[in-house]
Amino acid sequence: MQLTDDWQPSASLDVLQQRAALFQTIRSFFQHRCVLEVDTPILGRFGVTDLHLENLETSLSHFPHQRFQLQTSPEYAMKRLLAAHGQSIYQLGKVFRDDEAGRFHNPEFTMLEWYRVGFTMQDLIDEVVCLLHSVLGDLIVQQSTYQALFEKHLNIDPLTISVKDLQARLMYDERIADLVERETDKDTLLQLAMALVIEPQLDKSQITIVHRFPASQAALAQLDVENPRVALRFEVYVGGIELANGYQELTDATQQQVRFEHDNRLRQQFGKSEKPADFRLIDALNSEMPECAGVALGFDRLLMLVTGVSDIRQVLPFGIACA
Amino acid sequence: MANYSTNEFKAGLKIMQDGEPCNIIDNEVVKPGKGQAFNRVKIRKLISGKVVEKTFKSGDSVEGADVVDMELSYLYNDGEFWHFMNNESFEQLAADAKAVGDSTKWLVEQDTCTLTLWNGNPIAVTPPNFVELEIVETDPGLKGDTAGTGGKPATLSTGAVVRVPLFVQTGEVVKVDTRSGEYVSRVQK
Repeated sequence: MQLTDDWQPSASLDVLQQRAALFQTIRSFFQHRCVLEVDTPILGRFGVTDLHLENLETSLSHFPHQRFQLQTSPEYAMKRLLAAHGQSIYQLGKVFRDDEAGRFHNPEFTMLEWYRVGFTMQDLIDEVVCLLHSVLGDLIVQQSTYQALFEKHLNIDPLTISVKDLQARLMYDERIADLVERETDKDTLLQLAMALVIEPQLDKSQITIVHRFPASQAALAQLDVENPRVALRFEVYVGGIELANGYQELTDATQQQVRFEHDNRLRQQFGKSEKPADFRLIDALNSEMPECAGVALGFDRLLMLVTGVSDIRQVLPFGIACA
Repeated sequence: MANYSTNEFKAGLKIMQDGEPCNIIDNEVVKPGKGQAFNRVKIRKLISGKVVEKTFKSGDSVEGADVVDMELSYLYNDGEFWHFMNNESFEQLAADAKAVGDSTKWLVEQDTCTLTLWNGNPIAVTPPNFVELEIVETDPGLKGDTAGTGGKPATLSTGAVVRVPLFVQTGEVVKVDTRSGEYVSRVQK
């Protein structure tokens, strides 16, 4: 994407009005449900260890020996609040990712993230659907496990298939064949299949919930005690857009530490720098972290669905090119 | 030739794929929230002309293609090669039938054409958007296809056949859009 010298906004006044209305709708949705609004720091000492997320870094002259990270999501800070106060909370705020800019991506964007104490993953899925219905109207909801989705679209079991068989199955699609041939990481292949083969086939007029991702893609979700090959993680797709990602939250400090270390090993393997783990999150989980479910939803993408525009710039006052 | 990272991908960038120089037409990033990002790229293969889709992991590098476009004037055809000249350096270049392809029917002496060179060799010839050519043969009368489309076929001095209005006659010069192959107007000599 090229930067532009144009001073004009990238969103129309009409869309800005819809943007303001959507802020209000969301705030009143959570007010009615007695979920507390919080605004945790955007600037923090720790970033994330996720293999595929990069923080933007900055420094403060007052702390010359410490780098500071713009948060990719308010997750860690919100979990520290959960551990301290045990109350359901939500946040509507800016987050930053050192990603490429594109039709669905702006490096700075608005995230709606919320945590519900005592909720199961399914309770939270139901609440996400309720919010989407109140914003987008009564769309049909389709729920599927990750495994069933792959069986339906590719006729494979993503949990048991070998890398070799997965490659062979995906080679038929010539748009990705070259990449499939040289890629031997199973999760990368599964993500490729999901993003480029399955997602475009999802019914755009429906809300699609995909849940129980492979344990290797658990991120910060608990594993399913009934089937530890999968994690209690879900994703929400509407209109061909990946809209939200949620978990039955991992509350076990030891497990969390293991995930941090595992992430950093992967980062090393992929030739990325290791990231210090946020020990304060570990300490928080070690205190009285309540059982809870949480989800992060891309506010700007939701607004794209509300307004029907095809480029995220059209819902931002100023996209990155003219920021 | 330099390598390009997927971060540098944009329309117009020339890269090597399947041993052939290619032009990027469209580049889109697909990034799952918690997963590997991919670049979905539409490319035109510059030798075969085929348009294909390719996918890269974001951050991967791809070999660049040494492809440049040059404006040269068309001189003549010696039966095997089409000869062009750089009007500033007077340097001459010869393109073979494969590079000239269908453009042969739009080549007019002295006209400025765009030659696409890969490693210094012509791989494609693009004629000017508009050329003026004489009609060497067309049906004289007003008979023929009057059913709706109007017009009649006319053979031009280069062998190209275009549809022209019924009133246009043999010996006249017409202006043709080479991109669509359509008649534009008559040209007063």
